[in-house]
Amino acid sequence: MIRVELPVHLRRLAHVEDEVTLEVKGAVTQGSVLDALEARYPMLCGTIRDHTTKQRRPFLRFFACGEDLSHEPPDQPLPSAVASGAEPFVIIGAIAGG
Amino acid sequence: MSKVRVLVGTRKGAFLLTSDGKREKWEVSGPLFTGWEIYHMKGSPVDPNRIYASQSTGWFGQVIQRSSDGGKTWETPGGGVTKTPEGMPKGESNKFVYDTSPETGKPLTTHQFYDGTPHPWEFKRVWHLEPSLTDPDMVYAGVEDAALFRSKDGGRSWQELAGLRGHGSGPKWQPGAGGMCLHTILLDPSKAGRIYVAISAAGAFRTDDGGQTWKPINRGLVSQYIPEPTAEVGHCVHRIAMHHSRPHVLFMQKHWDVMRSDDAGDSWREISGNLPTDFGFVIDVHAHEPETIYVLPIKSDAEHYVHDGKLRVYRSRTGGNEWEALTKGLPQSNCYVNVLRDAMAVDSLDACGIYFGTTGGQVYCSADAGESWAPIVRDLPAVLSVEVQTLP
Repeated sequence: MIRVELPVHLRRLAHVEDEVTLEVKGAVTQGSVLDALEARYPMLCGTIRDHTTKQRRPFLRFFACGEDLSHEPPDQPLPSAVASGAEPFVIIGAIAGG
Repeated sequence: MSKVRVLVGTRKGAFLLTSDGKREKWEVSGPLFTGWEIYHMKGSPVDPNRIYASQSTGWFGQVIQRSSDGGKTWETPGGGVTKTPEGMPKGESNKFVYDTSPETGKPLTTHQFYDGTPHPWEFKRVWHLEPSLTDPDMVYAGVEDAALFRSKDGGRSWQELAGLRGHGSGPKWQPGAGGMCLHTILLDPSKAGRIYVAISAAGAFRTDDGGQTWKPINRGLVSQYIPEPTAEVGHCVHRIAMHHSRPHVLFMQKHWDVMRSDDAGDSWREISGNLPTDFGFVIDVHAHEPETIYVLPIKSDAEHYVHDGKLRVYRSRTGGNEWEALTKGLPQSNCYVNVLRDAMAVDSLDACGIYFGTTGGQVYCSADAGESWAPIVRDLPAVLSVEVQTLP
């Protein structure tokens, strides 16, 4: 299972209290993880990436295993520790504004 | 006995304030949608339990919330939690996509940026939600960058009424200080298909065919801050109000100037009269007296707080020009709050109630048409919008 850590605003929107776990079929990439996340929690559609272009919203960043993956291609495989569930895929709001 | 429910949108969540018809003791519930900006909430006139809310942040974008039980519970229409990835269709309640299709849409042009340079059209947020007068599942949304959307399925999906953006004057529209927003939507109760909208900073527009075609209705407006002060578009209209019994009579708070039209917006005349300053954001009409109107003057476009440190509502009982200050119960010294354009409302009880919310987090109520005021709450986050429902 893939673990995903959401920022607090999105946890409230999705009615979850902690990190979520997802089953991802096929290659574990940013794109496939977000596809699975949005399928499970449809209210998150549009809040992390654009509905149509699938581009990451500008004030959000993606981290895993201590690395900033925000600018990696969405179809690039995520670290094996994320794919195995040892480490979470982390979505955070950039520190900008109050 | 009748009661009222006040819907308050703030910078950090929403609040519901309820009272009986006396409007003396209040129950406060909230915050809802904590930490999100709630630009606007409004209930359906035909089903008061149906309430729509616009929830957004710069980080996560737009979300539409809907309640079908008077605000006790909320859902993102079409976006409920699914048990399996294949469980339900994806929610599209926050999907606002400009219609550029060849069949029904219009090409996305540019509008003017603050410095006059061309800038691409980009959706940012919903400023105002206006439920239909007849169908609780139909609701209009005024958005930034300025456009009008409509949902016919209770907020689940949205379609742009692209004729407005396609009017042809879009390249001359420009953002006001708050962005290029469509913030006012007035549905004419006497003429099906007639809708008024207002955009900062483009001006007022009217359709008579349900949104297919639009015309600018800005004749008589004079704006010294644009290159051609009497131009067809480019005016920073802050708010328009109407009385349901005379929907062809419109009252406008412009950036500067309070204006009136007696011909459905075809022409406007100034009614600022003896106001201490005619800059402001809100304007509203008494529920039972269509010539009684309310404004709340703000010092200037550079100083967005009340004049002389005094929080004063001004009332005209003559449809404009002659104004009286209403101050009883409002702070008359050291007050420097603003009242934003969607933050005034009136109820329809026999003794008409007037409500407004401030950027300082106070929500005031007058249960006697403005003669006296009392705070319902004092310490909310900055108030973005106030609506009131009069309930049986």
